[in-house]
Amino acid sequence: MDVLNIKGLKKSFADKEVLKGLDFNVPEQSVFGFVGRNGAGKTTTMKSVLGLLKPDDGEITVCGEKVTYGQTSTNRFVGYLPDVPEFYPFMTAKEYLRLCGESLNMRSKDIEGRSNELLKLVGLGGEKHRIKGYSRGMKQRLGIAQALLASPKLLICDEPTSALDPIGRKDILDILLSVKDQTTVLFSTHILSDVERICTEVAVLNDGALAMQGTVAKLKSEHCSDGFIVEVQNGSDAEKLFEEFSFAAGREGNALRFVGTDDLMFEVMSFMASNKIAAVKIEKQEPSLEALFMEVVSK
Amino acid sequence: MKSFIAFFKKEMLEGIRSSKLLILGLLFLLFGIMNPAIAKLTPWMFELLSESLEGSGLTVTEVTVDALTSWTQFFKNIPIALIVFVVMYSSTFTREYESGTLVLMLTKGLSRYKVVLAKAANMILLWSAAYWFCFGVTWAYNEYFWDNSIAVGLVSATVNWWLFGLFVISVMVLFSTLFKSNIVVLLATGGSVLVCYVVSLLPKVTSFIPTALMNSAALLVGAESADIYVKTIIITLTVCIACIALSIPIMNKRKL
Repeated sequence: MDVLNIKGLKKSFADKEVLKGLDFNVPEQSVFGFVGRNGAGKTTTMKSVLGLLKPDDGEITVCGEKVTYGQTSTNRFVGYLPDVPEFYPFMTAKEYLRLCGESLNMRSKDIEGRSNELLKLVGLGGEKHRIKGYSRGMKQRLGIAQALLASPKLLICDEPTSALDPIGRKDILDILLSVKDQTTVLFSTHILSDVERICTEVAVLNDGALAMQGTVAKLKSEHCSDGFIVEVQNGSDAEKLFEEFSFAAGREGNALRFVGTDDLMFEVMSFMASNKIAAVKIEKQEPSLEALFMEVVSK
Repeated sequence: MKSFIAFFKKEMLEGIRSSKLLILGLLFLLFGIMNPAIAKLTPWMFELLSESLEGSGLTVTEVTVDALTSWTQFFKNIPIALIVFVVMYSSTFTREYESGTLVLMLTKGLSRYKVVLAKAANMILLWSAAYWFCFGVTWAYNEYFWDNSIAVGLVSATVNWWLFGLFVISVMVLFSTLFKSNIVVLLATGGSVLVCYVVSLLPKVTSFIPTALMNSAALLVGAESADIYVKTIIITLTVCIACIALSIPIMNKRKL
């Protein structure tokens, strides 16, 4: 079943058309990466899902229920972490979670138990200070805790890692990974290594519409041509190899970059063996998500 | 109801932790003490001035002060207190829009109308508490020094002014849902009161305009009967409810 379904979503601001009929769906129990350039419409899409923006056209359903603007009842299924979460600075983390819990009509005992559990999960367990003095990373952690408070079916995170240092980023990604059994995670980002690390599925947004969607492995196998690199000891060997395979290779010094399937690799290897060319390195190239992203976006 | 109470409690906690409540309490206490103090000091000040006044040909006879002098001061000072109150609370909505703190609350399923009602209720409660506290302080001093019974229309005059405060707060709530900047909220609120005041100068419409509730002098000494304000009070209450009711659909449409 799909937790989130978006059909033909359109939204313009003044004369700028940000979303031009976006369609995609988020399957249950996935960590879904929502990738796109800055200004591609990621935040607009997320705010529409939360009923904070009124789309010009299209339909959004969360857990099979239609999202309405203004009074948004579907938000009971959703936990939301904005890109820069803002809290009431005069409260402590625990007080803030209590306010959230009471807004969600949770039982007092549940709020207490869940708050303790989540604050421990995000590493704010012993924090007694007011939010006023929190660093960005701490706010991001508290943001995850408040989003998960009501055990939502869908956790939406808007660029949760983009403003953090490498350690902070790793921590947040680890937290997101650790909750994937409890909830479906949808997070937007433009950091592709984050997607490769934790996402089971990806959608790429380009120019207001979906450019591609699928599992990371599927996208890689479909979109990028395979290749491998062969590096040899000396220039004359490289020259010999290049002459033989010039139809499929590019040469950079003693290294040759081949484009082709595994069969080509075997062919190259047997040529090297019969001509006694020693390899310094033979490396199969993994198609990177970055190359894939560039390929899609530059179309 | 639970979420309304939670948000209302948050407003109160903010008041306490940001020292706003303390400032409000001290300010209204100061105003409460100032009214009888000025009345008490008036004869002494005249005595000080009498010599120089005599030189200019004026003779000062004995000045008598009583509870009425102090109550007159009360109604002179309370507009300043209301202005301070409005300035302090004009940002109660706009600050939340600017910082984006409401977004997280609303995505938690807190209804927007509850935000409006909780904030309005908080301001109404604070204004009432501060106003009647100030009244109580002045009343106690007046009772000690003089006799409050001389101000026959006191209850009606003070209730009227308190209602006028509610009117200003309701207008401010409405403008707070309309505008993003607290300067604009302040200007619009002040502007509306000014327009009301100017219009109320036309004798024929005076009693239809909430600003008429500020005219306490005649009521205080019993020259006017409280009955003639019934119409104004009903109109004012209607306007208050209308302002807050109108701010709910506006808030629902607000982009956050």
